Amino acid sequence: MNFFRKTLDKYKPLFDKGGKYEKFGPAFNGFDTLLFVPNHTTKTGAHVRDGVDLKRVMITVVAALIPALIFGMWNVGYQYYNQLDPNNMPGMMELLGYGALKFLPMVIVSYIVGLTIEFAFAIYRGHEVNEGYLVSGMLIPLIMPIDLPLWMLAVSVAFAVIIGKEAFGGTGMNILNPALVARAFAFFSYAPFMSGDKVWVTDAGVDGVTGETILGSLAAGNSAGYSVLDMFMGYIPGSVGETSVLMILIGAALLLFTGVASWRVMVGATIGGAVMGLIFNAIGVNALMDFPWWQHLLVGGFAFGVVFMATDPVSAAQTAKGKWIYGFFIGLLAIMIRVFNGAYPEGMMMAILLMNVFAPTIDHYVIAGNIKRRKKRLEENLKAA
Amino acid sequence: MAEEKEPLFSKKNRALLSDPLNDNNPITVQVLGICSALAITVQLKPAVVMAIAVLFVVCASNVTVSLLRNLIPSRIRIIVQLLIVASLVIIVDQVLKAYAYDVSKELSVFVGLIITNCIVMGRLEAFALGNGPWRAFLDGIGNAAGYGFILILVAFFRELLGSGKLFGEEVLGHKGKHMPIDAVGLDEAAAQLLDMSTGLYALGYQNNGFMLLSPMALITVGIIIWAQRYKNRKLIEK
Repeated sequence: MNFFRKTLDKYKPLFDKGGKYEKFGPAFNGFDTLLFVPNHTTKTGAHVRDGVDLKRVMITVVAALIPALIFGMWNVGYQYYNQLDPNNMPGMMELLGYGALKFLPMVIVSYIVGLTIEFAFAIYRGHEVNEGYLVSGMLIPLIMPIDLPLWMLAVSVAFAVIIGKEAFGGTGMNILNPALVARAFAFFSYAPFMSGDKVWVTDAGVDGVTGETILGSLAAGNSAGYSVLDMFMGYIPGSVGETSVLMILIGAALLLFTGVASWRVMVGATIGGAVMGLIFNAIGVNALMDFPWWQHLLVGGFAFGVVFMATDPVSAAQTAKGKWIYGFFIGLLAIMIRVFNGAYPEGMMMAILLMNVFAPTIDHYVIAGNIKRRKKRLEENLKAA
Repeated sequence: MAEEKEPLFSKKNRALLSDPLNDNNPITVQVLGICSALAITVQLKPAVVMAIAVLFVVCASNVTVSLLRNLIPSRIRIIVQLLIVASLVIIVDQVLKAYAYDVSKELSVFVGLIITNCIVMGRLEAFALGNGPWRAFLDGIGNAAGYGFILILVAFFRELLGSGKLFGEEVLGHKGKHMPIDAVGLDEAAAQLLDMSTGLYALGYQNNGFMLLSPMALITVGIIIWAQRYKNRKLIEK
């Protein structure tokens, strides 16, 4: 550790104001503060002391993702060997190793492409490198199909960071969740690689075995084909992060315990999804509508989206009441899109992106309503006095 | 109107031609004519035809209205302008149907919708009504060229990235049903017979389907605006 600190201190003057590589100062500082807690203190004005900074928040989210990530890698291996021969399953470490071999290149590509663009913009604009991409870079591979070619992943990441984020002014200014922008871009650009019954498990070259997701087979009018326990534990086809509700709930517990994510959004979305599911159960004219409402909440990207995507503090609503409304409509719309639009069996992405756009409007009306209420109260008080 | 004698291509007149290409571009600065920029830029060919059609309509209507400008009662000027533009658009439509039927079918209603293109009416109202025919003609050429330039630029990227073609030619290679296989003595004819991918597609490249949808046209225009303002700092709004 000391060695790193000394090396960094040795080269620091080169990057400081007036130094030889002054231009690359933001990149150097970004790297420095990633390794070490910055030692600068606020110099003027009143301020609240808090040990939490953006980096720590982001690292907490990454830590919350780890259970789902490890299970997801195991599941990649499990689904692969399950196609080959379900009776001849290798050991757990082997399954995990196979999944890691498939999944880690995606993470590496995502981080290299995304961080390169972030650093380039930070250097050009002369501001500090922000940490937002630490989470987005981990989320993006978690919500993509495992067999997606790496160059497509790279293009999607580049689009998400440049158009979804930097065009609006960088971390904290984006309207839409960057990870979902990357997924939406890939979804519309390379549809054959992003949907259908072949992409959600690694292609083992076995004929006649499909890795159709539960939502996919329901949309086709068939039954779910998996037990509820499978859905909850996550032994089902799907993108790496989304399958295991149990692991996502562990992550959710960490996020709620540390106060990083908003419980209002999570509860609101679950209620919204349940309400829509109950309405569809009551109508019940096709397989997707007949699918029990509580199972709707277990399959697909619902849980993952609610816990890690909808709660993104930048793109979500900011007011307490707004968060309830925002979350509720995400759940409602996600199930509605699933059931009504056969082309998008996964409605979670669309629902969150749509509500991201509406979040500022929701906040506006919540605040306007609050002002009106307090004005009225003031008038009444004045009358009484 | 006392028109002083000035050379045909005086500095002021040259500015009429060059201004709309950059500083006062109808699409990227005035944000007019966006609908057609979204609708007909999937391929280059319709975009080029559209650019020429708008060039013709804007120039001809500018000159006509400019010639009539002292005769048109100002209370009914919009109707008169619309009549002139509509007649010109019908001429364009008929010519296209006669000589370029396939393009005419591709453009479908968008030829007729030139009438409502804000650029046409905008130039008539803002310029032709108050200027002589020669200046109005130059203004028409300048604005239509500024519009057409952006249209063709957007269409270039959309066709290249969306379907891997330019003017219908496969420039990035052929996307066949099969990936290429290394077989001894497989010549070009045999490869074609098997419908194998060539060029970039042989390396695993795929067309970007998003480029064919209209949202991507909007984003492409947005990127062009971004690039233009990066180079031309005075356009950045404070």
